[in-house]
Parts: sequence; C-alpha cells; structure tokens
Amino acid sequence: MDAIIRCTEVSKAYGGVIANDRISLEVPAGRITGLIGPNGSGKTTLFNSIVGYHPIDAGSITFEGREISRLRTQQISRLGLLRTFQQTRVYKRMNCVENMLVSIPNRSDAFWSMFRGYPADATRRAERLLDFVGLYQKRYLTAGSLSFGQQKLLEFAMALMNEPKVLLLDEPTAGINPTLINGLIDRLRRSVTEFGVTLFIIEHNMPVIMGLADNVYCLANGRLLAHGTPREIQSDKRVLNAYLGENYGNEAA
Amino acid sequence: MLENLHLLLQAPVLNVQLILDGVFVGAVYGLAAYGLALVWGVMNLKNLAQGDFVILGGYLAWAMGNHGVHPFVALPIVAVLMFAFGWAIYRTIICRIIDKDLFTSLLGTFGLALVMQQIMNQIFGPEVQSIDAGFQSLTLFGGMVTIAQVKLISLCLTAALAVAIVGFMKWSRMGQAIRATAQDPRAARVMGINTDRVYAFTFALNSAICGAAGVLIAMIWVIQPFYGIAHSIRAFVIVTTAGLGNLGAVILSALGLGIAEQYAGFTLGAQLQQFTVVSLLVLVLVIKQIHRGRARQVLQ
Amino acid sequence: MNRSLSKSLFYGAIVVAGLAAPLLFPGYTFAISGLWVMILFALTWDIMGGQMGYNSLGNIFFFGIGMYVCAIVQVGLYYNVAAYTAPSGQIDVHFTPHQYYLGLTLGIAAAAVVATLFALLFGQIILGLRGPYFAIGTLGIALAAGELFGAWNYVGGGGGIALPTFPGDPGDRALFFYILCFILAIAAFAFLKWLYSTRFKLVANAIRDDEEKAEAMGLYTKRYKNLGFAISAFFLGISGALYGNMIGFIEPVEVAFPVITFGIFMVVMCLIGGKGTLWGPVIGAALFHVVRQLTWTYMLGWQWVALGGLIIVSVVYFQQGIVGWVLERWPERFGIRVDEAGSPDESLDADPVNKEAA
Repeated sequence: MDAIIRCTEVSKAYGGVIANDRISLEVPAGRITGLIGPNGSGKTTLFNSIVGYHPIDAGSITFEGREISRLRTQQISRLGLLRTFQQTRVYKRMNCVENMLVSIPNRSDAFWSMFRGYPADATRRAERLLDFVGLYQKRYLTAGSLSFGQQKLLEFAMALMNEPKVLLLDEPTAGINPTLINGLIDRLRRSVTEFGVTLFIIEHNMPVIMGLADNVYCLANGRLLAHGTPREIQSDKRVLNAYLGENYGNEAA
Repeated sequence: MLENLHLLLQAPVLNVQLILDGVFVGAVYGLAAYGLALVWGVMNLKNLAQGDFVILGGYLAWAMGNHGVHPFVALPIVAVLMFAFGWAIYRTIICRIIDKDLFTSLLGTFGLALVMQQIMNQIFGPEVQSIDAGFQSLTLFGGMVTIAQVKLISLCLTAALAVAIVGFMKWSRMGQAIRATAQDPRAARVMGINTDRVYAFTFALNSAICGAAGVLIAMIWVIQPFYGIAHSIRAFVIVTTAGLGNLGAVILSALGLGIAEQYAGFTLGAQLQQFTVVSLLVLVLVIKQIHRGRARQVLQ
Repeated sequence: MNRSLSKSLFYGAIVVAGLAAPLLFPGYTFAISGLWVMILFALTWDIMGGQMGYNSLGNIFFFGIGMYVCAIVQVGLYYNVAAYTAPSGQIDVHFTPHQYYLGLTLGIAAAAVVATLFALLFGQIILGLRGPYFAIGTLGIALAAGELFGAWNYVGGGGGIALPTFPGDPGDRALFFYILCFILAIAAFAFLKWLYSTRFKLVANAIRDDEEKAEAMGLYTKRYKNLGFAISAFFLGISGALYGNMIGFIEPVEVAFPVITFGIFMVVMCLIGGKGTLWGPVIGAALFHVVRQLTWTYMLGWQWVALGGLIIVSVVYFQQGIVGWVLERWPERFGIRVDEAGSPDESLDADPVNKEAA
C-alpha cells in the first residue's frame, strides 16, 4: 500500500508560534487516515501546508512521489489533491447544480474550454452526486439558502465532482446534527469504496474517527505525538495526556 | 525633463527645497491618511470620499476667511463643524453600508464623494482657491531655498494635532473603546461598549481630522472641488504602504509621498500631478502584491 | 405561440425599432446613438463588475484609448500627426471619401486591438488586486491617462485633436454613426448572450462568490479574468473610436477619459438595472439615458448632485436593481426555485438522512 501523500520534517511557524514542528507522516492510498489532536495542535496548519495555502518553512511534501511544497493551491488541486474548509465554503449565490457543474475537473483544459458548455453527462453526474449526499431535492435552491449542514454536504459533493485522488476533510462532522452523522460516515466510506478517493480527515469527534479511519495520527503542540491503528491510539497514554492533561488519571485514582 | 534632473545635480541646494516642501505637505497628507486608517481599521470602511472631506474643510476655512476669520481661529471651528458633519453623514449613510458587501460600501462612499464634489462646485465655483494667512517667507542658503513661514507653522500644527490624536486614542475612554472595537467588535459589545456609537464617533473624528488637514492644505497649497479624488488616492497610497496599525510607518510613508511628489512635479511638470500620484499607487500595489505573493496571500 | 417564436419576434421587433428610430426621429439621431453607447457601456462593465465581482471604476480608460488610437490612425495614415496637431502653422488636410472610410475602418480595428492589448497588459498587474484596490487602481489609471494624454503633444496635448471630417452632409453623418453604434450594441449583446451560456458565466460567478474557493478547486481563474477584461476592452475601444468621430473633436479629459461622468455612469446603470444579469444593464442604461436626456439640461449644475444622490440611495436601498428586484418578486417565472416550508420529501434516496440534513 503506497503512500499517496508523504510529509517529511514539515515545519511551519507563524509569527513566533511554531505551528508544525518537523512533522513526518504518510497517507496511504485508498484508505481513510485520521488526524487528531487537541485544539491548537497544528492540524489545520498542516492541511494548509499540504494544499499549498502557504509556503512551509522546512521539510518536504510529496504527492504521488512528486514534490508539491513549492506549488500553489490551484496547481495542487489540479493534480487531484482537494480540501474542504472548516467554515465550509460554497458559491452562495449560485444554486446547487451550478455549484456542482463549476466543480467539474479541468485538468486538461485548453484555452478554448472557456467557451464550451457543460456536457450533458456532467449534469447527470452532478445530480447523482447531489443525490448521493441527499441534496437532490434541493438541487435548484441557492447554496446560500441552505443550512450549514447542507452546505457542508454540498461542499463534499462538489469535491467529489472534481474527481480527486485525495480529499482532505477538515472536521466534516462539525455542526452536523448528531442523528445524521451516521449517514455522513456511511457516505464517507462509500466515497472510498465507490469513487476510489483517499481520505485524510481532521476530526474532533472520537467515535467517528475511530470507527472510520484505518490509521490515525495524533498531533500535540505542533509535533507528531503518536500514530497507529485506532485501537492503538485509543489506548496510548500520551494521547490521553495530550487531551486530558498529564495528571488526569492520577487525580481520579 | 532631463534638464530638470540635471539641474538637481548641478545645484544640490534645490534638493533641500524639494525635500522641505515635500515634508511640509506630506505631513498634512499623513493626517488624512491616519484618518483613513482609523475608519478602515475600526469599521472596515474604505472611504473613497476621504479627499473630499479634506477639501470641504479647506473651503469652510476659506469661506470664513472671506469674512475676516483668520485660519488659525478657523481651524478649531472647522474641526468641530466637520465633526458634526461626519456624525450626520454616519447616521444617514455610512451606518447603512458598513456591514454590507464591498461593492456597496465602495460605491456608497464614492457616491458621497460625487455629491460633495458637485455641491462644493456649485457653491464655491470651480476656481482654485487658497487662504492667505498673512505670513512671510524665510530664506536659507543665500536665497536659494525659500521656506514659507506658514508652512513651518503648518508643520508644527500638524505635529501638535498628531500628538493630540494619539494621546486621545491612548488615554481617553472613547479612545480605548475605539481601539477595543477595532480589535474585536463582538468582544467589545459583550463588554458593554456601544459599537454603533464608537463607529459614529470614529467616522466623525476622521471627518474632523480631514477638515483640519483641509484647512492646512488651503493655507500652504490650493484647494479645488475636484482635487478630492487625488487626496483620496494619496491617503490610499500611504495606508497601503504603511499598513493599518503603525503610526510611525504612516508618518514616514506620508513624508515619502510628499517628497516623491515634489521631485516628480519638478522633473515632469505640474500637469502630470495626478499621473504621479497614480503611478506611485500602482508602484506600491505592485510591490505589495509581489511581497504577498511570496507568502501566497492576496492583497484584499 | 411557442416560446422560441415569441422570443425571435421580440428580438426582431427591437432590431426593427432600432433601425427605424433615426428615420422616424431624424432630429434625435445623435441622442438615440447615445442610448446604444450607454447600453454598450453597461454591458461591458457588467462582465467584470456584475458577473465576476471585479468592480472597475476606470473602464472608461479603454474608451479613451480606442478614441485616440482611432484618431491617430485616421490622420496618421495620410498625414504627419505631430504636424497635424501642432498649435501653430497647421498643415492643410483634405481627406477623400476613400481615405476617410479606409482610415475609419482601420482606425476602429486598431482601436479594438490596442485596447485589448492594454487590458491584457494591465491585467497582469491589476487583476491580481482584489476589492477596493482594484477599484482604486482602475480609477487611478483612468485619471492618469487623461492627464498623460493631455500632456502628450503628439496628439495635441490639452488642446486635443480634431478628427477628419465626414464626407457627406450632417444628416448622413449622424445616420452613419447611428447605424454603427446600433450594430455594436447588438453585437455586444448577442456575444454576451452566447458567452453567458458557456462555462464562462459559471466560473465568473464562482470567482465573484468566492475566488479563493474557486482557486482551491483548481479553476483557471486568471484566464477567465483576463478574458473578461479583454472582452470589455475590445468593445469599449470600438465604442470610443465611434464616439470620437461622432463628436468630431477629442479633448483628453472631457471627451476621451471622462472618468467622473461616463465612467461612473457605467456603474450606476448596472446598479439600477441589476448587475450580474444580461438584461439588467440594458434596462438600466435605457432608463438612465432617457431620464438623463429629459432632465439633465434643466438642472443647471445640480444634476451631478442628483446623480451622486441616486448612487447613494440605490446602493443603500435598491442594491439588487430592477432586474434583481423582479427576480426576487417573481422567481418562479424565471426558473428559480424557492424552498417551500414543510414540503414533503419524496426523494430518490430512501435514506432517512435525506429528510433534513442538519
């Protein structure tokens, strides 16, 4: 099982604060990998580094063996590495179908593609994906009029529409009604099995990520603290300490 | 143009003249720029009418001057009048556009600029005006460098105003409220600060600062109803170069702009004045863009 | 009568009315020409401003460039331009009809090409700016151009440049340029109608709604921005060439680069008509032009104050413009779906999650 993303000694500092400190990890292809850690441990910063949102201070990031740490977000996304945003970003004044159409992949777009229409199967595919996330009924509504959770689903569908190889999801269940999380988890799994997407997920919801991921990385204070299967991570003392504090166990005892 | 450049090298004293004149007028630009930075930082308002507030202040002083009021007396009166004017404008127009999208706030202030320009044109006429404060000139270097006394006084007044404003922002209750709101409006509201009042006060304060700057400009230079745009662009150049938080940078940028304009005016001629200002704007924007590009951010 | 037939009749009626107008109202030919120019102004502004969210305050720059380039070509093909515009000792010029029409044709072509080149060139710098910087940057460029051309003696400096006289009587001249303006406006409308049916529209709207998201999704935003800017410049350049010939004499600030008049009209017309729509700019332009023709001369200088006031009021209270308001009021008629509260979900997906996603 190859690593589709490989980070080696990635470091990034923001005005004095070291957000990522020599982080090395691998995201295996075709699997679901989790990224956990207490608030402020540098998870979103790492995502931003991978997708080229900002330059990194040191280290290397490769995607399918190719160095991407110097590339811009646009170029990286065209290689097949997409991300969703924590605050969920969609095109608010366009309706859902339009949001989907404008997200079709454009890897091989020539200059004159700007003047083409959208092929008929693009609309069909868009509707199928909207149905996949459960937004088919609302497909002609303006994206801005959807609820937060619905926008999250739309953003996820848009990402799938772009036929990515890897999808970086930043807290996909945050803000979703707890009764609906199972449906979302199901869709996340199916995106891997049906669409062949590799997922790299930041999550705070422990039951979700432990049930979903094949392997998990835990960050704390900008450093990689532990990694392994969910079972290994769940019983790792360092992870517990990072989340609950060093003396938690002792006090209880 | 080349002959003029040549002249600068042959007679170094000319440089002193240009630099001094640049400092005198640049200092006043700095006042207007500070006001722009204030409303930008506190309420995220990019006030395209900034220059027209300046010109209005100048005209008020000029009108008073026609009735025998000395500009030094007019200065505080204009500041108060402009403060009230700014408050009124906030209540009628500005408060309705600040939380809307960029297009709205830009066009709103631009519409305001148009209205002000045209009303001033109707009332005061399109001729260039200036206020004679009745001072003489000093000369240095055996007559090669002339310093108008009024310009020296203007510089002192500018410095005094700057100190007063900074002191106000630092030590007064309202000043602290303004700074708190600038940092985090929601937190300020939670702490009991009436942010709407803060915004109104900030805008009115900006208006007063511009008015004072206008009086000084009218004394040391000229005013005309349609010169407002150029002043707005100047303020933008300074704020873009200096950023929003740094007063020292604002002062330096302002002086730099003043000096650069004097040199350009000398070498290119006075008819290319706006061209100079705009070129500096484009230059600053390009440099900033390249700078931001390295950090993969965009100039918003 | 089915939809496409009634649509064709509608467009046909406009073309017929447009062609008939100068014949029915010969005295108003110039005024109606102005209508077509205004419509063109609004349509071109809306490409970047309404569809893409890049509010330019200096589009008039391309208008002026086109005007000057055309004049230079028209004169320069046969005579020395510098000598032609010299303040004293002016040369005698006479253009045969053949020379005139050839000069005009090449001039218009050159205007379009040069304006487009400027858009691509300036676009490298200026399209990298967002929001207020783009607005102020474009505004500044238009202002600076006016000053520069006013200081450039080759084209007559502040004194301006006169255009070759039309070989024919004033009535023919007015009709001739009317037809050209009309054709230009129709061509621009037809072109944009087609363009907005392609990917361009959706991508432009995506850039408007969230440019960073568009970039993160891999869209070639730079290409689309350049294209939109170039298209605007192309049409504006031609309109400048035509308008210069209609006026007969180019003055740098008053005629070629009238930033605070025509330049602002562009924005206002789209604002009141409804930006981001195809018909909004057209309706806004028509309304604005007609009202302006009727009231301008009676206001003795206060019309500009009224204009500024109109901008403020529109921006605060009537942001969506006429077309936007209509779309909000009667969305179903235009194919926009609005959520009805409590409608039962008969979805294709039997998954209970589908009921309501959050």
